[in-house]
Amino acid sequence: ARPHPTMSSIGTGYDLDVSEYSPEGKLFQVEYAHKAVESSGTAVGICCRDGVVLAVENIVTSKLYETNCNRRVFHIDRHIGMAASGLLPDARAVARHAREEAADYRQSHGEPMPLSELASRVSNLMHAYTMYSAVRPFGCGVLLAAFENGRPQLYGVEPSGVYYSYHGYAIGKAKQNARTEIEKLKLAELSAANGVKEAAKIIYSCHDEVKDKYFELDLSLTSAETAGRHVIVTGEQWTEASNYAKAALEEHDSDDDV
Amino acid sequence: MLADWTQQEVLTGTTIMAVEYNGGVVIGADSRTSSGTYVTNRTQDKLTPLTEYIYCCRSGSAADTQAIADHVRYYLDFSRISQGREPTVRYAAHVMQSILYNNRDNLSAAVIVAGWDEVNGGQVYCIPLGGLLVRQPMAAGGSGSTYIWGHLDAQFKPGMTDTECQEFVAKSVSLAIKRDGSSGGVCRLAVINRSGVQRRIIMHEDLPKSYDG
Repeated sequence: ARPHPTMSSIGTGYDLDVSEYSPEGKLFQVEYAHKAVESSGTAVGICCRDGVVLAVENIVTSKLYETNCNRRVFHIDRHIGMAASGLLPDARAVARHAREEAADYRQSHGEPMPLSELASRVSNLMHAYTMYSAVRPFGCGVLLAAFENGRPQLYGVEPSGVYYSYHGYAIGKAKQNARTEIEKLKLAELSAANGVKEAAKIIYSCHDEVKDKYFELDLSLTSAETAGRHVIVTGEQWTEASNYAKAALEEHDSDDDV
Repeated sequence: MLADWTQQEVLTGTTIMAVEYNGGVVIGADSRTSSGTYVTNRTQDKLTPLTEYIYCCRSGSAADTQAIADHVRYYLDFSRISQGREPTVRYAAHVMQSILYNNRDNLSAAVIVAGWDEVNGGQVYCIPLGGLLVRQPMAAGGSGSTYIWGHLDAQFKPGMTDTECQEFVAKSVSLAIKRDGSSGGVCRLAVINRSGVQRRIIMHEDLPKSYDG
């Protein structure tokens, strides 16, 4: 075994191959892949009364980048969107596979792919990469969203391939804080239009100003209003959500003044 | 020296039809299978289940259509398990179409896929020779259908009840049987809706009467 740099070397000796179990039955490479997600910007998904909202804290490391050049919210099909946390190139690869699956299904079935099917396929894909030493697991987690037959749906797939259906979920840096904030929302009464603002607010409130100075807010919406289409939120609606979030932050800050 | 008909392919020179109504579909067919001039089967069932709620009406080569229906049934069985719900009529029609279209050079098959699903209710999809797929409120196929298109156009009206549809189908198939040498025997009917399939036979002597010349 190669010498390890100083880190919590809980996996030393059993973490060089994803095809190697540790004596406790863990796959350390998969756990390390999760760490890649945990050190990346938070992604949030919320099922509202009449739609689903995705939001990502897209941390930007240089002011030299063009805005929105590396979005973390993807179109998978007309009716399905994906938000990603973790390594962006890995997320893009997952998006590419998901797009192929969705397009293929549409052609062979003559109808759009149900999200539950797509989530299963994405999960199979990500899991497959945890079984062979020739490849590494995907270093990203994804949130898949659709509004099907009047029902909002959200699935979250992790690097291990495990996936669940959620009312609301968050992955990434501030996932714990974000999940707590989501639990406070009354999702059954929340309209998707308001959900966009609430999601933006959660992203802003969980953003760490000190560690990551600059970030872009990636927002998307799939709802009754968009007729089931996955729409990236831009322009006025984006500005409104962003301002709502910033105002809530200031209010919160000013509450701290005694 | 073998008789002519033993060298000929078994065809379902046929009359098949399907009609949508509010809540389901009614499908019907004659029961004659011929091999040249010899009637190989006078009680053939041309209404073949693909799933509990989706049937196909077969015309053309009996062997081709039976084999294809078996394939489609296999895909739909698999789909029901993996998706956890009944397949839609549209999906069944698409599976049928992709087999018929991709093998069009080697097949002689034209079908009507009809059934009920929760998403869109009763639907009829016509897939003629060549593999075109089109949804229609009413479709007819097989050699016998050519003799009754005038009658179908004149008598069909949208919004019929399922009883009216059954009468319409029985009358139409009966007229076709009368004029088409390759159609004959009994008229088989099925009604497919939310509760499943109900099948009926109208024996030859009970077929609706028309002008006998």
